[in-house]
Amino acid sequence: MNIEMIKPENLVYTKTKLMTDNALSYCPGCGHGTAHRIIMEVIDEMGIQEDTIGIAPVGCSVLAYEFMNIDMQEASHGRAPALATAVKRLWPDKYVFSYQGDGDLAAIGTAETIHACNRGENIVMIFINNGIYGMTGGQMAPTTLPNMKTATSPYGRDVKEMGHPLKMTELIAQLPGTYYVTRQAVHKPANVRKTKKAIRKAFELSKENVGVCFIEIVSNCNSGWKMRPNEANIWMEDNMFPFFPLGDIKVDGQLITK
Amino acid sequence: MKELRLMKGNEAMAEAAIRAGFDGYFGYPITPQSEVMEHLQKERPAIRTGMVVLQAESEVASINMVYGGAASGKNVLTSSSSPGISLMQEGISYIAAAELPCLIINVVRGGPGLGDIQAAQSDYFQAVKGGGHGDYRLIVLAPSSVQECSDFVKLALELANKYNNPAMLLSDGAIGQMMEKVELFPQQPRWTLEEIRKKKPWATNGRLFNQERHIVTSLHLIPEKLEAHNNHLQAKYKEIEKNEVRYEEIKCDDAEYIIVAYGLASRTAQKTLQLARAEGIKLGLIRPITLFPFPKIPISTYAEKVKGFLTLEMSAGQMVEDVRLAVNGRVPVEFYGRTGGMLPAPDEVLAVVKNVFKI
Repeated sequence: MNIEMIKPENLVYTKTKLMTDNALSYCPGCGHGTAHRIIMEVIDEMGIQEDTIGIAPVGCSVLAYEFMNIDMQEASHGRAPALATAVKRLWPDKYVFSYQGDGDLAAIGTAETIHACNRGENIVMIFINNGIYGMTGGQMAPTTLPNMKTATSPYGRDVKEMGHPLKMTELIAQLPGTYYVTRQAVHKPANVRKTKKAIRKAFELSKENVGVCFIEIVSNCNSGWKMRPNEANIWMEDNMFPFFPLGDIKVDGQLITK
Repeated sequence: MKELRLMKGNEAMAEAAIRAGFDGYFGYPITPQSEVMEHLQKERPAIRTGMVVLQAESEVASINMVYGGAASGKNVLTSSSSPGISLMQEGISYIAAAELPCLIINVVRGGPGLGDIQAAQSDYFQAVKGGGHGDYRLIVLAPSSVQECSDFVKLALELANKYNNPAMLLSDGAIGQMMEKVELFPQQPRWTLEEIRKKKPWATNGRLFNQERHIVTSLHLIPEKLEAHNNHLQAKYKEIEKNEVRYEEIKCDDAEYIIVAYGLASRTAQKTLQLARAEGIKLGLIRPITLFPFPKIPISTYAEKVKGFLTLEMSAGQMVEDVRLAVNGRVPVEFYGRTGGMLPAPDEVLAVVKNVFKI
């Protein structure tokens, strides 16, 4: 290595100071770490770290507050939007965001999700959808795809018996309280850049008090899906994206018609 | 000048919440306590003091809004009645674990299940022994009049903030619905930003530049750390038991028998005392005002002097267990209760006193 190269002017990338030095608790290859980092980069770049409160969920990202170096509250399972609602209403000048997985946001917390969206709370909601309960060991989630094998659907999700995967993002986009709704991914550099742009847009909009800005990130779960990281990403592209297509769903309060 | 009003207990608690300087109320309608949120909305607290009032989608959401609000350093409350309070228990456990000061009002109705909408005291165990999962305690105050409904809202907030602990007002459907004269306390200012930062330096409300960031959580994955946290909580509860016991005693000095009753039942007991004294029966009354901490010591002290206790409750017998623990077998502790919204009548209670103590 050429020591001469290590000069401030040659620095092209550095870890944001809004990520702590704690080792991430996520499996190698998981999308959570990237999602955390770009949210923190946005907050850092906007210079709003002293004005932002984050709400962590229950699930794999239960320890998000160990990694995100800002004021954080740890909610009970599914209730992050209720906490975020109260914090934003009591501190209307602050930025408030919730960070939840699919079990948290689209199963146990369905009521809180829908009603926070319907009330048009001026918060940012980040939704990591990997179609499985990762933390508890790979059980069927509300977003598990038809015929997908999990620990509690070992022969595949039979939609006649186990119900259909829930497209929560399309559902809440119908509500007048949501202003910006988009679905993104973080498995490739281009996707990371798009998602970061969407997060930036959401945080900027939340200052304007226009309602909920909702970002779904379709992510992988290589451990839960029992795949190598790269296989998981390919499987996600081939199976998750057709069912959960990427792109904006609602912009400036208007549904995108395709 | 005194500010006197004729109010329902529920309205008095709502008015007291505005006047005590609460920053936020989050609730969900349920009989017999709906007047709390109705009064708050009618009074436009956003204009009066800047207080936030929000009707949530459920009691589950309400208590978690209280969690979020309290964690952000604001003074917040919710109110509900028995079935709704059952729904809140998970959230209350989290709030107690995270040591967040707040107020929860339970206007108790008959149970179990959907029960009915009349007054009852059958949530004593739930309020006093924990209610949700894990080892924790609430500070529990039991008003017996509309005046105390108002006064205890303010007191509960002070105690909650003193100990960083959730407090509960355990009222009932009758006290909530009945109208009495109440002297309102003057408007207290809501806390300023500086006060919040000074009094709740742990709060998550956005850090000032260069200030350490804060986390509010009830998760302690390392057993040694969780045990240390639990020991800290238990030490705090002991401190509360040492400092905050409140009770009233009536005609106990010369009493041969003592009724122990709280809330509405204590008013029945007061009338029973009059009837008994008119017949020459030396009956006294101990009225626990704080149900946690429970007035163990005064009851224990009188156990050396009297021939017996009768615990009177609008339940199948809950507080009586705490009375028996305090008396510890020295004299008989009898129980009489009515349930399902039935109220004991003073002559009915007097007949019980005569019967069980063979007077």
